[in-house]
Amino acid sequence: MKRRQIAVITGIGGRLGQLLTRRLHREESWKVIGIDRRPFPRRPADVEHLRIDIRRKACEDLFRTHRVDVIFHLGLMHDPRQGTGEHHTWNLLGTKQVLEFAQRYEVPKVVILSTGDVYGPQSDNPAFIGEDAPLLGAQRFSGMRDLIAVDMFAQSYFWKNPEIETVVLRPPHILGGVRNAVSNYLRLPRIPVLLGFDPLLQVLHEEDAVSAILLAARPGLRGVFNVVGPDALPLRQLVALTGKPTLALPHVILPGLAKRLFQLRLANFPAAELDYIRYSATLDGRRLQELARWRHAYSVADSVSAALRRGIFDGHQAPVALQAAG
Amino acid sequence: MGGNVKFSSHRAPPPGCSPRPQPSLAPGPPLPVGSPPQHEDTVAHKSTADRVKPSATARLFEALHAGQALAGQLARLTEPEHRRPLLAQALREAGEAGQEVLSLLASNGWRTPPEEVERRFAHLLASKNLSEYGVDAFGFAPSEIRKYVPAFEFLYRVWFRAEVHDIDRVPEGRCLLISNHSGQLPFDAAAIGASMLLDREPPRIVRSMVEKFATALPFFGTLCNRCGQVTGLPDNCRRLLDADECVLVFPEGARGINKTFRERYRMTPFGHGFLRLALETRTPIVPVAVVGAEEQTINLFDFKALAKLVQSPSVPITPLMPLLGPLALLPAPVKYRIYYGEPMLFDGDPNDDDAVVAVKVAQVKSAIQDLLERGLRERRGVLI
Repeated sequence: MKRRQIAVITGIGGRLGQLLTRRLHREESWKVIGIDRRPFPRRPADVEHLRIDIRRKACEDLFRTHRVDVIFHLGLMHDPRQGTGEHHTWNLLGTKQVLEFAQRYEVPKVVILSTGDVYGPQSDNPAFIGEDAPLLGAQRFSGMRDLIAVDMFAQSYFWKNPEIETVVLRPPHILGGVRNAVSNYLRLPRIPVLLGFDPLLQVLHEEDAVSAILLAARPGLRGVFNVVGPDALPLRQLVALTGKPTLALPHVILPGLAKRLFQLRLANFPAAELDYIRYSATLDGRRLQELARWRHAYSVADSVSAALRRGIFDGHQAPVALQAAG
Repeated sequence: MGGNVKFSSHRAPPPGCSPRPQPSLAPGPPLPVGSPPQHEDTVAHKSTADRVKPSATARLFEALHAGQALAGQLARLTEPEHRRPLLAQALREAGEAGQEVLSLLASNGWRTPPEEVERRFAHLLASKNLSEYGVDAFGFAPSEIRKYVPAFEFLYRVWFRAEVHDIDRVPEGRCLLISNHSGQLPFDAAAIGASMLLDREPPRIVRSMVEKFATALPFFGTLCNRCGQVTGLPDNCRRLLDADECVLVFPEGARGINKTFRERYRMTPFGHGFLRLALETRTPIVPVAVVGAEEQTINLFDFKALAKLVQSPSVPITPLMPLLGPLALLPAPVKYRIYYGEPMLFDGDPNDDDAVVAVKVAQVKSAIQDLLERGLRERRGVLI
C-alpha cells in the first residue's frame, strides 16, 4: 500500500491555511500537520496542529518523528499594523527555520507563498512584470522589506540546496474570506479611490490561490512563479462590482491624512498602500501557465462576491492577523 | 476656447515665420545626415554634455537672448516698411483660417457620421484582444476612446484643420511610426492617432510610447492609458510589436517636444532604442513628419531650475504666460500637415555597436527631415 503523504503547513490557522488543509485532507487524502499560534476552529479530526511559534525548537520534533513530503510555508505576516520589529523577525526567522528543517530532514519539496506585491506599484512598471523583474515593492512602502527579503532568501536557497524542489509563488491580490488589505478595502462601506487615477488590478480567488499552491506541490516543478488569474481590470470597474459607492479623493491631501489616521489607529491602511490604488503592477503569468498548465477557475466577479461574503467557517478573530498575501 | 482664439491670433503670425518662408531650414539642415554623429544621438552623451555646459547664468543669458530676439522682431513690426507686408500676411492668414473654420462649423462637415465611427470601431474591436471588462493588458479601453472621438475630431479637423498625406503608406501588421516631436504638449501624437483612426482605411489604433513622467500624472496619465497609450519602455514596445500593433515613437522624446521656438524644425538627437527594437522584431519603420505643431506654442526658454523643482522634464516659458499662466501652453490654431513616408525595413543585428545603428537612425531621421522640408515648401503660412 502506498504510504500516506505528509504535508506540513505553517500558518495553518489563516484562511488560506484552512482552505489548503481541507483540500489536501479531502481531495488528496494527505496527512496534514499544521504549525500556527492561532487556533484552527472545526479542524478535521486527524489534522495535527502545533499551537506554537515556528521559531521554537519544539517544532523540530515534528520533523524528527515524521517523514515530511512537502512544507507549505504560508505563515508569513503581511499585516503592517504589527510592530515592524516583530514583523521582520517573524517573517525572516520563521522562513529561515522552515528552510533549515527542510534541509536537515531532507524534505523533498518546499512551497513558499510570497506575494506579487514584492514588485510594487509604480507608474513606470511594464504592463507585464516577469519573474526576473527587480523587487521594488519596498521603494516607498518600507513594510514590504521583510517580504522581499523572504522572497530573495528563498531564491538563494535554490542553489544552496538543488536537491530540494523549492517553489516561490507570487500571486496578485487574493480575494475571498481572507483578511488582507485588498479584501478589507472592498469591504469598506464607501470605497475610497484617487481622483484621476485608475490603475489596472489583477485579483485571484482564494480557492484559485489554493489550487496554485497545490499545483506547486506537484513533483518536478521548481522556481519562482507569478500566479495570474483573470485578466486585469481597472480599479473602478473592480469597485463597481461591489455595488458600493466610491469616494474620490485628491491624491495631494491623502497621504498626509492617511498617515495621521493610521498612526491614530483610525485607519487600517498605511499611507504607502495608497500606491496600490494609484499605479498598476500587473504580473506576467505565462511561465506557470506554460510550464504547469496552470488555469484559474474563478472570475473576478466570483472573487469580489467571495470577499464581500467573508469567510463562512472562520468564525474566530485571529489575535495575530497572519495573512497569506496582502 | 474663446480666449484661446484671441491670444493665438494675436501671437501666432508676428514672430516672423511667414516672412521667412522656410525658417532656418533651407540653408543647411543643422544635423547633416551624411555624417552620422558618432555619439551625438545617444542619450548618455547628451546628458553629460548637459552637465558640462549649462550654468545658471548661461541659461539666464540664453533666456535674455531669446527675449531680446523676440523683442527685436516685434520692434521691427512697428517700422512701417516691415509692418505692412507682415501685418497683411498675418491678416490674410487669420482671415483665411477663420473662414475655413467657420465654413467647417457651419456645414458641420468636420464630424464623421456616427455610423461611420461605429463601423470604424467595429473593425477595431474585431481585431483587439480585450478582456471581458473591455480593456486590453495595457489598459486600452476602446469604449473609452469612443467617448472622446468628438473632442479629438474637433481638435483634429477644426482647430488644427489637419491635412494628411500618404496615410495609405502605413502597412498592415506590426509597424513603427517614427515622428518629429514638438509643441510643448503632445497634440502631435493626438493628431497622428486621430488620422490613423479617422482617415486611414481600415482604421488603426496608434499605441504611442509615452514619457514616464506623463503616465504618472493624474487624469492625463489615465486618459492616455485608456486611449491605448503605453509607458515608454522597451519591454512594452516589444510586446506590442509582437502583437502586430502600430506603435508610435518620438525618438527625440522630451528634448524634442520641449525645444524652444528658435529651434523649430530642427530635430534634436534621436535615441537608438526604436531602431534596435525594429531590427529585433523585424518591424517596418514609417517615417512621419508633423508640420505646424512646431509653431503652436512659443517656448521662449526652458526654465530648467523650476522644472527640476517640480520634477517635470521641462517648464517652457511662453510670452503670454504672465497673463494666462499654464493656459498659455495651449496650442494656437496652426494648421497641421501630417506626412507619412515610405516604410523602411532594416536588416542587421539589434545588438550592433552604436556607430552601426546610428547610420540607420540617421537614415530614418533624414527621411523625416525630407518630409518636413516638403511640408514647409508646400505651405503658404502657419495658419493656412
